[in-house]
Amino acid sequence: MKVCDIIEKLNLKVIGGEEGLQNEVTGGYTSDLLSDVMGNVDEGQIWITLQTHRNVMAVASLKEVAAVIIVKDLEADENTISQSNDEGIPLLSSSMEAYELSGELYQLLKG
Amino acid sequence: MEFSYEVEGGNFAKAGNAASGVKKVLKQLNVDPKVIKRIVVALYEGEVNVVAHAYKGKVLVDIDTSRIYIRIEDEGPGIPDIDLAMQVGYSTASAMVREMGFGAGMGLPNMKRNADAIEISSKVGEGTVVELTTKLTS
Ligand SMILES: Nc1ncnc2c1ncn2[C@@H]1O[C@H](COP(=O)(O)OP(=O)(O)OP(=O)(O)O)[C@@H](O)[C@H]1O
Ligand SMILES: [Mg+2]
Repeated sequence: MKVCDIIEKLNLKVIGGEEGLQNEVTGGYTSDLLSDVMGNVDEGQIWITLQTHRNVMAVASLKEVAAVIIVKDLEADENTISQSNDEGIPLLSSSMEAYELSGELYQLLKG
Repeated sequence: MEFSYEVEGGNFAKAGNAASGVKKVLKQLNVDPKVIKRIVVALYEGEVNVVAHAYKGKVLVDIDTSRIYIRIEDEGPGIPDIDLAMQVGYSTASAMVREMGFGAGMGLPNMKRNADAIEISSKVGEGTVVELTTKLTS
């Protein structure tokens, strides 16, 4: 499944990194601890988090995740958005909480 | 090939500059993407540690055909007990740093896991040197 399909199915907002909307998604990882994500997220996964600062995109880019979803309609910092555009890694947002969103994404990718 | 980066303590906006620079160079050298990922994960954690825990530092990179050597040195408080610092979950990060999602105490363990060899030396009140060496051929 592609990032753009997930955006449609889960009703996500695109905040940045449109270039990567065709990225193939292999799974997901939910965590707000950056070095936990550094150690455990796999390439091609969607990263779900409440963190909104720029280092999120640094980690996302080094690990080559498919996209980042910020939960609870939290607003991303300006430089987070610009780095997402520079890297071409989609930065998305959802009104859902991490628990709910992770469950929905899991169902979607499993089915 | 040798080059270096400056790292500013407290400046999280710039954390990751060295890691993304090294990533670009290794890509140009056609190093296996899996090997590149390990190297940049370790370097990123090292950079963030200088930003989060020290005052200022420097990243020195030396690449030859068979291996990459990275030396991350800083002026800072130093690490009193390196074995303790290496343990997963041990962190002295400030509340502000934790709020940003750092301070899980997983950075040094990640570095160890993602480098072929890691060497840490530190003097309390002076600073810390972390040396990472990784083979470029898998
Ligand atoms: N360059 C450094 N200078 C001084 N102390 C350091 C340095 N690097 C690590 N430390 C000490 O070692 C501890 C553990 O480091 P580690 O990178 O594993 O975790 P952390 O930085 O606290 O959190 P995380 O890396 O998960 O965001 C730090 O909390 C700090 O006390
Ligand atoms: Mg750390």
